[in-house]
Amino acid sequence: MRDATTHRATEEHAVKQFIKRMLARREASLVILLLVILVPITIRSPQFLSGTNINRIANDMSILAIVAIGEFFVILSNGIDLSVGSIIAFTGMASGMLNEAYPQVPVFLILLLGIGLGAIMGTVNGMLVAYGKIPPIITTLGTMSVYRGLTFVLSGGTWVTAHEMTTNYIGFPRQTFLGISALIWMALIVIGVTYYFSRFSRSGREIYAIGGNATAAKFVGVNEKRIRLMVFVISGTLFGFAGSLWTARYASAVNEMATGFEMQAVAACVLGGVNFAGGAGAIPGVVLGALFLGVLNNALPVVYLSTFYQTLVQGMVVLLALVINTVVDDRKTRKLLEQRRGR
Amino acid sequence: MSDKQDLVAKTRLLDESGWRNRLIELFTKWEVLLGIIFILMVIYFSNLTPYFLDSFNLMNASFQFSERAIMALPMIFIIMCGDIDISIASIIALCAYAVGTASAAGVGTPGLLVIGLAVGAAAGLVNGLLITGFNMPAIAVTLATQSIYRGIAQAALEERALTSYPQGFGFFGQEFIPGTYIPFMLVLYLALAVIMGFVLHKTAYGRRLYAIGSSPEAARFTGIKVKQIRVMNYTLMGLFAGIAGILLTSRILSARSNIALNWDLEVITLVVLGGVSINGGKGTIYGVVVASFLVGYLKFGMGLLRFSGTIMTIVIGTLLIIAVLLPRLLDTYKNNRKLKKQQLEAALNSAKA
Repeated sequence: MRDATTHRATEEHAVKQFIKRMLARREASLVILLLVILVPITIRSPQFLSGTNINRIANDMSILAIVAIGEFFVILSNGIDLSVGSIIAFTGMASGMLNEAYPQVPVFLILLLGIGLGAIMGTVNGMLVAYGKIPPIITTLGTMSVYRGLTFVLSGGTWVTAHEMTTNYIGFPRQTFLGISALIWMALIVIGVTYYFSRFSRSGREIYAIGGNATAAKFVGVNEKRIRLMVFVISGTLFGFAGSLWTARYASAVNEMATGFEMQAVAACVLGGVNFAGGAGAIPGVVLGALFLGVLNNALPVVYLSTFYQTLVQGMVVLLALVINTVVDDRKTRKLLEQRRGR
Repeated sequence: MSDKQDLVAKTRLLDESGWRNRLIELFTKWEVLLGIIFILMVIYFSNLTPYFLDSFNLMNASFQFSERAIMALPMIFIIMCGDIDISIASIIALCAYAVGTASAAGVGTPGLLVIGLAVGAAAGLVNGLLITGFNMPAIAVTLATQSIYRGIAQAALEERALTSYPQGFGFFGQEFIPGTYIPFMLVLYLALAVIMGFVLHKTAYGRRLYAIGSSPEAARFTGIKVKQIRVMNYTLMGLFAGIAGILLTSRILSARSNIALNWDLEVITLVVLGGVSINGGKGTIYGVVVASFLVGYLKFGMGLLRFSGTIMTIVIGTLLIIAVLLPRLLDTYKNNRKLKKQQLEAALNSAKA
């Protein structure tokens, strides 16, 4: 009898522990937050969760997810990349101009051009950070201006409009495969590859190590310069890819495109629980963060808030997420300390 | 024998009062290098266009950069402590909105000044309290408040502009000191630079900033109230953003929600270009003042020569990277010299023995 009660007690305890552990995960709290927003919105306007609207939100967040993942790797290594918008603008402009000048070039080559150019620009960032030893924030603040300026130089101040591009290219993001648009497929591929890379590859784990404690990582033989260069090459590549997709999706390439997009990318990371001190965070969180921003932007008109409120609401949500992250982190650390003291 | 001669020749390196060493010491200072770049720039532009070295033009051009230069002053304090603030452009938008709304409601010029400064300081205080209270990273917090502050102005103003201001409000941003053609804004900037320079270089507060920047932990252990000082810095930053907001509103007599977009990054560029280390603990007010004039007149000169804004953007971005790369190379050079000196000293000592 007594045995049974204790057994049940421990079982209950185990279940509680499990729930606690799940709830302690960033992804869980984000999902809950997402539900908190979704429930009243769906009650107010049931078509919010209709197939077409979900598809629209997913399309809207795909580019942001790709870009936020790029930003994630840099923040993970304890850096920041502010040149996001400028790399997107340059690669997007180059893609649009290539399509205008040589309409016969297939779409995948245009995407490759974006990826290649992005990788080169990311490499420049990475070289300056890893070998020039310039702090990431300064490097990318500088290259942000330089790349944006180069976009103007490349385009000569003009822009590429929808009717100057081929329907093949502009239509590409909207092509569907198994009922899902190409844009979403691209995002899914990026998410899958980067998830595997960050979780199971040696280099991916080394990024965590460098971000967590660079000195310790160096002592166990991690090549710091290589990792610092690598994160910027990854981010540049993804930004370049996003740039090519951006021009196709919005059917135009202008010099000012994606201005301020670095803030969106960083916001998605903050929402996803990525730690600015480096070394903590994961791809699923970042994707949820991007999804969250996508839902938020789509939900405003439903609750009769004009789009002019978008910036304000986004800022408050990011701040709230920050506070929650910090408080949860603090509690965890304190608990760990208490446990150690107890022993 | 030749070895000994060589040694004697090299002892010049040890001679601290020698003119050669003094010169090297002087010219490896970033502030001095900036000054030289500035002079070269002035010579370059005045050779190419007669309109550059015109005192009226030079004075008039200062309208374009004084607001940003003013905000660079407290930003030195913030970066000195290893912090950052990317919400200042949004604070300007918030102040402009508050001032514009109050003015439309019939508040007079003195009231508008008080409102602008108070809103700015309050916004800065909120930044500081959030960062130190929850112990959150400054860049993430000010990223959020950047959206919030501008978001308030955006939600309230939408696409409207507030354009009614009392007679005389335009003085601060448009007028000259009576009887001269020196803009009021420029005088205000220089006066604030002197005050902030005094605080940074001559007071205990300033010394504490350097201490915090070099090692926050060590500073805390020596009894410096690190958190209070950081909150104070952010409040000052907000106050100065309020000043800049008033000046800008007064200059263009219009308040829109997209006012001063991206100025935060431009201000940080000025501070870093001025030789303040982004990791904290290093830098002077002189460097930043020179950098503000350098960037301001570079833009002015390139504008006179009809360079496009694009080229300016590229030049300033490149300058920023060089500004960080070059002092690092200079440091390596200095360290090498120091090493050589030590080796020489050791060699001399053993020779004596």
